[in-house]
Amino acid sequence: MADPKPKDVLLAPIFDNNPIALQVLGICSALAVTTRLDKSITMALAVIFVAVFANAAVSLIRRHIPSNIRIIVQMTIIASLVIVVDQFLRAFAYGLSKEMSVFVGLIITNCIIMGRAEAFAMKYPVGLSMLDGLGNAIGYSAILLLVGFLRELFGSGSVLGFQVLSPVSEGGWYVPNGLMLLSPSAFFIIGLAIWALRTWKPEQQEQAA
Amino acid sequence: MARESVSKTFLVATLVCIICSVLVSSAAVGLRSQQEFNKERDKRKNILQAAGIYDPEREIKEQFQQIESRIVDLSTGEYVDESTVDPATFDQRQAARTEGLSIPIKDDADLAGIGRREKYAFVYLVQNGSQLEQVILPIYGKGLWSTLYGFLAIKNDLDTVNGITFYEHAETPGLGGEVDNPRWKAQWEGKKLFGPEEQPRIQVIKGTVDPDEPESKYQIDGLSGATITSRGVSQLVRYWIGEDAFGPFLEKLRERRDG
Repeated sequence: MADPKPKDVLLAPIFDNNPIALQVLGICSALAVTTRLDKSITMALAVIFVAVFANAAVSLIRRHIPSNIRIIVQMTIIASLVIVVDQFLRAFAYGLSKEMSVFVGLIITNCIIMGRAEAFAMKYPVGLSMLDGLGNAIGYSAILLLVGFLRELFGSGSVLGFQVLSPVSEGGWYVPNGLMLLSPSAFFIIGLAIWALRTWKPEQQEQAA
Repeated sequence: MARESVSKTFLVATLVCIICSVLVSSAAVGLRSQQEFNKERDKRKNILQAAGIYDPEREIKEQFQQIESRIVDLSTGEYVDESTVDPATFDQRQAARTEGLSIPIKDDADLAGIGRREKYAFVYLVQNGSQLEQVILPIYGKGLWSTLYGFLAIKNDLDTVNGITFYEHAETPGLGGEVDNPRWKAQWEGKKLFGPEEQPRIQVIKGTVDPDEPESKYQIDGLSGATITSRGVSQLVRYWIGEDAFGPFLEKLRERRDG
């Protein structure tokens, strides 16, 4: 089996094989942490870190992992990395870590990371696996940032905490859309993003059987 | 050693566990002091927020200087001096679990579900000259999953709530976790804690408060989908302002105010 090209490994998950938009994985956290852009950015960075190093570690020992305990070994590695990220957030971004509460910990169960460790890092060398982790995490992050940006903009009229649309409550003209601060709005935005992406790249459309 | 053999399985499992535990524990230990610092800072921020005097533009340490921390003997309601309990080193949460520094609470009095309470507790005073403006009490008690820790700020009539905050809990995000919601917390401002006979009467009710009811000045809307957390908050506030906890202290403050 020939190894895939590094460029494809890195770039394909961003638009052609996006983990959220095409595979529809990792939706739970995409709903929970996208009410504001700063939370989305933090989550995106955390997922990038975990995905890259989990893939690297799994790939490094892939020839030694007995197949009947491979899932639990992957989980242990992923969980450890997530705890490290969580500890760092508590030390250096306390306010954010408090607001994101359990959702940082829930990266452990993010199927994108497990999926990549199982489907890619178990088969390919370290460098390529890291690129794959990075690519997929960026694909995930792209959607997360888009959703976070739109929800904060229309939900609170701000971007990264700076008021862009002046809300009525402060004498402006913009009536903040409260729905945007609730989880269902993330579904709508992700749905629209998937629609847009599949219109642009029709080969992603699923054929009715 | 064959990859699929039993011994290899054990070896790999053991090594992975050891390496991961070293990684996790070194992160936890290495970052602990910074985390403790953040926690302390966050606690102070919450005290300022409960008092409604928090200004995000200014340094918390500087703002906290307008607040006077004292330690109270809960059973007598008197301040204790530094020779009995040193405020610089007193760890109230630790004290609540330590034998000689805490007492068991009788079952029927234990509204907050905490089992034991500390003998001495911090109180935070906001003074204007010699005039007491607000007193902020640390409060805690059981919700659904966790112990909620927070602060309750009372105006100088010693009856009206000025604000409430919870700085540590692990209730369900979106349901019980809504105790953090500024809109919910804002309802507390102006509510009355005590009935006519100085009995704790404040209550988080189920559903929405009807403002036309005479009882509404003692009532807070319940958190939907979080009956047990709501009840927990109600009970813990009643416990801490009641006679088993800060009651004697509040009584002393009333006497002092009335001369």
